[in-house]
Amino acid sequence: MVDTPLPDTPIKDPSRLSLALQSDFFFQFKRSPLAMVSFGLVSLLVLSAIFAPLIAPHNPFDPGSLNLMNGFSAPMTPNAFTGETFWLGTDDQGRDVFSTILYGMRISLFVGAAAVTFAMVLGITLGLLAGYVGGWTETIIMRVADVQLTFPAILVAMLIFGVAKGVTPVEYRDQMAIWVLIIAIGLSDWVQFARVVRGATLVEKNKEYVAAAKLIGRTGPAIMLRHILPNVLSPVLVIATISLALAIIAEATLSFLGVGAPATQPSLGTLIRIGQGFLFSGEWWILLFPAATLLALALSVNLLGDWLRDALNPRLR
Amino acid sequence: MCTACDTPKPFFYRLTAPPGATTCRSTQTVARTVIGADMSASNHPQRSRRSAFRLTLPRRAYLLRDMLAYVIQRVGQSALVLLVVGLVAFSMFRFVGDPIDNMLGQERTQEDIERLRIVLGLDQPFVVQYYRFLTEAVQGNFGVSYRQGRPVAEILMERAPATLELAAVSGFLAITVGIGLGVFTAIRRNGIGANVIMSVSLIGVSLPTFLIGILLIYLFSVELGWLPSFGRGETVKIGNWSTGFLTESGLKALILPSITLGLYQMTLIMRLVRSEMLEVLRQDYIRFARARGLRERAVNFRHALKNTLVPVITVTGLQLGSIIAFAIITETVFQWPGVGLLFINAIQFVDIPVMAAYLMLISVMFVGINLLVDLLYFAIDPRLRVDRTGGH
Repeated sequence: MVDTPLPDTPIKDPSRLSLALQSDFFFQFKRSPLAMVSFGLVSLLVLSAIFAPLIAPHNPFDPGSLNLMNGFSAPMTPNAFTGETFWLGTDDQGRDVFSTILYGMRISLFVGAAAVTFAMVLGITLGLLAGYVGGWTETIIMRVADVQLTFPAILVAMLIFGVAKGVTPVEYRDQMAIWVLIIAIGLSDWVQFARVVRGATLVEKNKEYVAAAKLIGRTGPAIMLRHILPNVLSPVLVIATISLALAIIAEATLSFLGVGAPATQPSLGTLIRIGQGFLFSGEWWILLFPAATLLALALSVNLLGDWLRDALNPRLR
Repeated sequence: MCTACDTPKPFFYRLTAPPGATTCRSTQTVARTVIGADMSASNHPQRSRRSAFRLTLPRRAYLLRDMLAYVIQRVGQSALVLLVVGLVAFSMFRFVGDPIDNMLGQERTQEDIERLRIVLGLDQPFVVQYYRFLTEAVQGNFGVSYRQGRPVAEILMERAPATLELAAVSGFLAITVGIGLGVFTAIRRNGIGANVIMSVSLIGVSLPTFLIGILLIYLFSVELGWLPSFGRGETVKIGNWSTGFLTESGLKALILPSITLGLYQMTLIMRLVRSEMLEVLRQDYIRFARARGLRERAVNFRHALKNTLVPVITVTGLQLGSIIAFAIITETVFQWPGVGLLFINAIQFVDIPVMAAYLMLISVMFVGINLLVDLLYFAIDPRLRVDRTGGH
């Protein structure tokens, strides 16, 4: 028998990028035009929200850059007084609608993402506890979840917002509004995460690797976080995406109702609320452009979530 | 909770499963048909020595006993939920803002404050105060609105007809149109009309309610000028009830809000009916009904639609509650003078008594609907009343 000589240069491990490019997941992604379009749209919107200060032609929060004479300019037509042209027109105070949308999207996305993160952390923690510890802990957590699920999330969020508003002093209300909004939407949304994580944990905790981890003396929290959690994450990812769309819509709804982002920090919902006042006088652009942006954002995140659900579900492959 | 399949709400499964069984009925059925195992047998002594002749009576009796236990348990649960909600509402009163601050004006003396504390019972222990709050609430006394200075119950009574009429029309619209379209899209699965409806419904699900309302206003009120964009129009008073059904302007004013409110529920019901119908239409008994030469209409409606009704009624029932909750949004868009608009204004002005009263009313409604839907299963589906896995 002849020894095969070792190669001079060791074979390189495939890089993470090439692994990702060869994965099933990426293959699924390449095959679905819907996923690619919605992913493209989401990234376009998110990027333009992040880089809003660089893209926006005006800063809507800087009173110095506003000119009241520019008020009510129609889209793509030069203003009668100043001759300036605005892509999407201006509102009553001469603010560029395009810029306010970019800045508004920032707030909408920030609130949505932060609320979902909060809900996710809370839901995963409680779900893991309920599933792994069991007993009374489980009963209490799941009962609370059941009760909360009886009520629509938006109603729960409204109530939390209302109570928080009563608790905070008047002078801080506007500053706190965004954070209260995040907590309210997050608290109204954790149940989904908790239920799914609990269900998956119940299955995982009886598997051999958990028994092995117990045998080598790992503690409960370590087993939950380092061993079980990574194995229950993929459904959580799907719910998080769909929740993001719902959270964005919930935020817009609350702001539209006047119990969300204040006019000093307008989100897309606040912009629509403001724009509704001008609908009857014929200034449709103040309303319709933020509305269209909100719709595009919610729809594309939703479609992405739908696709993700199908792509990550091994049963559907 | 079923240990094998983790059915989220296994009420009727749990009910028909024998006591002590850890798996739900559907899991057992699957297990029996797939691997021939009887996962429940060991838990039920009657079952092992039953004879064909004794089949019906003992099991019926045992079902009835179980059903009664189940009903009692469900009612108890509902009462507990209501108590907790009452506690939340009471805490809002007690800890959000100072009621004395809210009721007395700027010119007040320490004596006034002390006297009001005793009059309002704020010097009593927490539990006593909570008990008093609950007894008052049950009698319909929710205190005085901070903002309007009138009893909350009076304001609510005044506003209730508007919301209830709106919700009734939207619910009716959602159910009739939803079921109709659902059946249509299921029967003409590949037709152009069905495909168009399905695509449109996808947009209907993702559009936020308030945007639908605004777009409808823009189209039908601003551009076309056909329908009013706000308010209830003229109303007629019948006793304490002011109705918009009897005047032309009242009916016209109802159209846009009820479409806005009902659209989401409609699409939901439609998609549900469609998927359930598609499931049922595949079954053998449908093929058999066709083979018997029954007319297409009889097959579709008598045999297929009837068997889709259990999940549809569950979802519809639960959605009725959300119609009232989502009325908040619709009422704000259309400035509809109902309870929802009152609630939103109460939040904006931190009018705690109104918020608390609304919270309690809506929870009574939600809990009641949930309970009713659970109990309705027995009325609707005869399969649940007799044991499903019987000897045939």
